[in-house]
Amino acid sequence: MQTKPTTPLPTDEPHTIDQQPAGGEAPPVVRGSKVRAADIGERFALIGAWVVVAVVFSLVLPNTFATTANLQNIFGSQAVLVLLGLALVLPLTAGDFDLSVSFLMGFSAILVAKLNVQDQWPILLAIVAAVGVAAVVGAINGALIVGLGIDSFIVTLGVGTFLFGATEWLSNSQTISGVSTSLVNWTVTNRFLGISMAFWYGVVICAAMWFVLAYTPVGRRLLFVGRNRNVSRLTGLHVNRLRIGALIGSSVLSALAGVLYVGSQGGVDPSAGQAFLLPAFASAYLGATSISPGRFNAWGTFIAVYFLVTGITGLQLLGVASFVQNLFYGAALVVAVALPRIVRRRAAGEEAAAGS
Amino acid sequence: MTPNSVVERNTARPTASEPVPVLVVRGLSRAFGGVRALDDVTLEVLPGEVHGLLGENGSGKSTLIKVLAGYYAPEPGAELQINGRPVRLPLAPGNFRELGLSFVHQQLGLVAELSVLENLLVGDLSKGGAIRRISWARERRRACETFERFGLDLDPSASVLALSPTDRARLAIVRAVEEIRSTLEGDQAARGLLVLDEPTVFLPREGIEQLFALVRDVVADHASVLFVSHDLEEVRTITDRVTVLRDGRVCGTVVTAQTSNCELVELIVGRRLQEFHAEPRDLHDAALAVEVRRLVAGRVHDVSFSAARGEVLGVTGLIGSGFDDIPYLLFGARAVIGGELVFDGVRRELSAITPAQALAAGIALLPGDRQRLGSVGELSVGDNVMLPVLDQHCSAGVLRRGALHDVSARLLAAYDVRPADPHATYHALSGGNQQKALLAKWFQTEPSLVLLHEPTQGVDVGARQQIFAMLEQAVQRGLTVICASSDYEQLARICDRVLVFGRGRIVRQISGDEVTKDRIAEQVYNSVALAESTPGEG
Repeated sequence: MQTKPTTPLPTDEPHTIDQQPAGGEAPPVVRGSKVRAADIGERFALIGAWVVVAVVFSLVLPNTFATTANLQNIFGSQAVLVLLGLALVLPLTAGDFDLSVSFLMGFSAILVAKLNVQDQWPILLAIVAAVGVAAVVGAINGALIVGLGIDSFIVTLGVGTFLFGATEWLSNSQTISGVSTSLVNWTVTNRFLGISMAFWYGVVICAAMWFVLAYTPVGRRLLFVGRNRNVSRLTGLHVNRLRIGALIGSSVLSALAGVLYVGSQGGVDPSAGQAFLLPAFASAYLGATSISPGRFNAWGTFIAVYFLVTGITGLQLLGVASFVQNLFYGAALVVAVALPRIVRRRAAGEEAAAGS
Repeated sequence: MTPNSVVERNTARPTASEPVPVLVVRGLSRAFGGVRALDDVTLEVLPGEVHGLLGENGSGKSTLIKVLAGYYAPEPGAELQINGRPVRLPLAPGNFRELGLSFVHQQLGLVAELSVLENLLVGDLSKGGAIRRISWARERRRACETFERFGLDLDPSASVLALSPTDRARLAIVRAVEEIRSTLEGDQAARGLLVLDEPTVFLPREGIEQLFALVRDVVADHASVLFVSHDLEEVRTITDRVTVLRDGRVCGTVVTAQTSNCELVELIVGRRLQEFHAEPRDLHDAALAVEVRRLVAGRVHDVSFSAARGEVLGVTGLIGSGFDDIPYLLFGARAVIGGELVFDGVRRELSAITPAQALAAGIALLPGDRQRLGSVGELSVGDNVMLPVLDQHCSAGVLRRGALHDVSARLLAAYDVRPADPHATYHALSGGNQQKALLAKWFQTEPSLVLLHEPTQGVDVGARQQIFAMLEQAVQRGLTVICASSDYEQLARICDRVLVFGRGRIVRQISGDEVTKDRIAEQVYNSVALAESTPGEG
């Protein structure tokens, strides 16, 4: 470089954390300064709402809602939805929609039932086959979305509908029942702490996903890929691989949801998948408002599923007709996407007012 | 302000029958937070005239155009006359249409997916009732007649996407002219004014000829044209007179044919430069760090250059000359047709390089667009800064989050990012601190080649000095820097050598004592003429 006037770096000032008193209680730099009451409130608002709903229904319906059986029912019945919500968290974090999850769930359930019941395959082999097929479906989604650059919404809508057709074809539009009792036992009959095994599978998978997203480089990279693909690419991330990986992960989890569905019902109705799409999205989006607000996250989704089912169960026990389920899920999805906007706009307004 | 001999000699006044000017602006001022973007500006455009508007970036050209378009209100006391009639200021946005003004901007304002005819009619469609029958057959016929009148061979039902860049520009101009015509229909005395705001920068050379032919047709049709440009050669070809802005003030209106390029540059940069001696200097004495051979990509045609270890190489030029693609092309961020990069003793095909490979080889890129290419604003500074080095802060595949936090806090402090808080949201930082954080992000990877694009855009003066100092420190350790910028002052401040691009080729190399702001500006303004005189050079 030429000899040109230079400015000394102001960084020569004692400015680094090394200058902090050694061993002192003084927090290094400004760690923790961001944890404000409002943030904590936002983080745990959903849990609070869940507790309130549970308490209110318990007071109103002491004989039907606040019973062990009902509690077991609420917790034990939602593993399929938990898995589907978690399946969505992966591609949503990476910035892609996957509308095929519920149809793939239905397809996998039928596939497991057909292979096991009609073709006499051992149940474990049937499950492995279904998961393998699902991984292929995820790869196809990925190839179309990432490889050809088509909008994920359209691709997965098409693939999902195709799978729905395949499900009806495979089953002749007939319910298949009589799957292996060992699967049923290991899904609903066997219990741990009084709750069906299916619930605990959901807990384990949720914990695993939370760990991967929060504590591994892959999780951090997926987050950046979802927020800005250009930035990610220019930082050397393998954007395409990460997106395809997330879509395959989503499909595999959908297949596992299908397995839990067969296990919990003992059989499958080919139209089973349809009803799950919106609740799964509602859970994932509602979950993104809590625990790590603004990010799709595993525990938030988990809590959202149980918050929603608690409300619905309570209302149904009150004698409200079954349409309340759709009202509830639909409203939850809209509120989950609208609420953060409103909060952000208000915060921006306050900042502007404070600044002037 | 320096009194200017050029102005006095050539200042053109309408003579003969004193026609009524189409546009008169007097005493126009406008400040932004204490900075006077326009200061007592006076401008007159005569009927049938192509009037050039020249000036450096930040000289006030865009502000003037935006006042005319009704975007900005001028300070009280300004006067505006159109066709001799006083017009009350400020104008409301969109007001200009009724006055017979029309604008064509660099981006042209066409909807690429729609047809030529739909684009032509978009102005009509926004007026009048929402529900009325559009006679497509009749509109089609009218469009064909219009195109014929201007000598254009366009199919009204073709998609704009399928048009060449030149035809798109011509379509935008024809649309603007038609808009003026329909406004002024029946008013014989009124003349329209077409404002062309750098419409040529993305056009090939033949396209500019065609565009100018169209502009001449428009002028022959009694409209006047205000032609905003950076390019002296184009201004010389098409304009009758030129008004030059500098620091928000008019420093002269001259008759183009009576003014030399040298005099124009003098008006633009504010002082006379000694003649430039372009000496082809052999730079192969120092150890070469990077060599680019025969790079061809998009707007860049067959460019070769090299940079030594510890050198800061600037690349600059007019918009559209391709200089600003260079950092992205060398990083594998944009498609390359051909060429090689010799770096670190390894020869690579530029078309095969991916950003991941470039990074692995020790190249880093700081994009000019911090918001869209450099960072994820809603995530934290720490997350943004540590993204490239996550693998180094892992044990058994698990992030060491505490270590990650501490390392990033220390790094932010070392680069004087304020606050040095890894949890702070990135977009809450000021521009200068954002850029320092990105320097920290890349310098921690210890690259041996850093590619910069407008490194101090939107950065305050203090942070700018700091960034220069940080670069200088890194350069002294042997870092090579390639910096693409149109900020000539910055280039003069940090560069050992500057390459000037014209029409996708390197047309000048400025080195040694010649690396000054004014010299760079002069060479950039002449770059098109240079490109034409030395077509084979690259």
